[in-house]
Amino acid sequence: MEEKIKIEVRHLSFYYGSTPALKNITMKIAENKITAVIGPSGCGKSTFIRCLNRMNDVLPGTRVEGDILIDGQNIYSPQVDVIELRKRVGMVFQKPNPFPKSIFDNVAYGLRINGVKNKRIIEEIVEKSLRQAALWDEVKDRLKDNAFSLSGGQQQRLCIARALAVEPKVMLFDEPCSAIDPIATAKIESLIHQLKKNYTVIIVTHNMQQAARVSDYTAFLMLGELIEYDKTEKIFTNPSHRLTEDYITGRFG
Amino acid sequence: MKRKKFIQVISFLILRGCAYLILAVLLLFIYDIASKGGSVISWEFLTQAPRRGMTEGGIFPAIVGTFLVTMVTAVISIPVGIFAAIYLNEYARQTRLTRIIRLSIRNLSGVPSIVYGLFGVILFVNAMKFGTSLLSAGLTLGLLTLPWTITASEEALKTVPQSFREGALALGASKWQTIRTNVLPYSFSGIITGAVLGLARAAGETAPIMFTGAAFYLPSLPHSLKDQFMALPYHLYVMATQHHSIIKVRPLAYGTALVLLMLIFVINLGAYITRYRLRKIKME
Repeated sequence: MEEKIKIEVRHLSFYYGSTPALKNITMKIAENKITAVIGPSGCGKSTFIRCLNRMNDVLPGTRVEGDILIDGQNIYSPQVDVIELRKRVGMVFQKPNPFPKSIFDNVAYGLRINGVKNKRIIEEIVEKSLRQAALWDEVKDRLKDNAFSLSGGQQQRLCIARALAVEPKVMLFDEPCSAIDPIATAKIESLIHQLKKNYTVIIVTHNMQQAARVSDYTAFLMLGELIEYDKTEKIFTNPSHRLTEDYITGRFG
Repeated sequence: MKRKKFIQVISFLILRGCAYLILAVLLLFIYDIASKGGSVISWEFLTQAPRRGMTEGGIFPAIVGTFLVTMVTAVISIPVGIFAAIYLNEYARQTRLTRIIRLSIRNLSGVPSIVYGLFGVILFVNAMKFGTSLLSAGLTLGLLTLPWTITASEEALKTVPQSFREGALALGASKWQTIRTNVLPYSFSGIITGAVLGLARAAGETAPIMFTGAAFYLPSLPHSLKDQFMALPYHLYVMATQHHSIIKVRPLAYGTALVLLMLIFVINLGAYITRYRLRKIKME
């Protein structure tokens, strides 16, 4: 790879109790590119992406081995402040999970918990984030409404705006379109495409067309192992591994 | 076929009968007490102290005493109960120790109230030297309601979807910020309802307070936490079993019972209204 490396994963293994969910994964993720992680259900895609912002820390009885370096810093070293890490590495979940607050307060949440009090600054960043998430025009007149009044696709874009407001460097998407309709999916895909100018994006998806459409690089995981990792074009036109070919041509999955 | 249908009808009737039985018992109960005690209820009964060896006058000091001791109970059991529940549900990992704590809570809720009374005498009245007082009785009732408050709070915390927590954590919120901003506000109605129902139970208890602070008769209202007090349930107990002319004061006893029942209904109703209101706010 000729690009600048943002994230380096070295010999990463992850265990639920004694069951391994990820086995010795090593890969480099390029800055300002979109990297898709694909694979059949239960292959460890979500576990993998949740290692990158240490969301798995909250699960009892789990264990991580190996290193993940973001900008050269090992995020699993004891000196690392998880809170700081999660501000740098934003995440959007599978199901839209707006908080039961107003649209405005949802986006402002990350700023407020980080101690931003200046109303003008909060308003500015909320507007900027909603614009970035291509939601501003739809909600600008109803910022005080409860976030639950939005449609599923709008809720997911709200969650993206909420994550962007904290100004992360890396954005993780964990199957962001699995719970929404095709039109909303198209909107979110084009949004993700826009984001790579300023962010390093990693997206987990079970939808191969989606991976092919949006990503620059694709990693194929199966049963916790990294089977193949290459440019998306290469993976979808000329995979070097038999399993990859079988999967993308729909022979299993 | 006919037989099958017959069994169906019979079992339905039995199930329905059991459900209606509860209502019938409650109505009978209220009717009995109201018919025998309703006649003594008056403004005077509610606002005057007992007179002439408690054969005349009202129950004002007992109402005040019950109110005050319930307040002391609330001050103890609500914060301690909520904090313990937050610890158990949000912070504690599943270890042997937390399992033992949970088991203890379940067992404590089954301990008879008279045992709490004796425990209160040993711990608060004697060992901690609070004497027989509002404080000792309130603390004893606090211990009694604690398992209920903890359990109700924990149940309420469990209803908050995990995604609210993960969403906040992923934005760089600390665990405590997550709890304060994204967990407590949405479990608050359940917590408060549970806590208030616990208090209603405490307000009606006799055994825990009769050794720790409640008095047979007092000429004046309590002035401090160290004073003894009169309380509705204990006053009722006295009127029904300890008075020198039980037959004569029987209507007064029923009147006291009616006031106590109404008080508890009002508290429970308050809890349900609070929950309904808060739930509505949440949904909007």
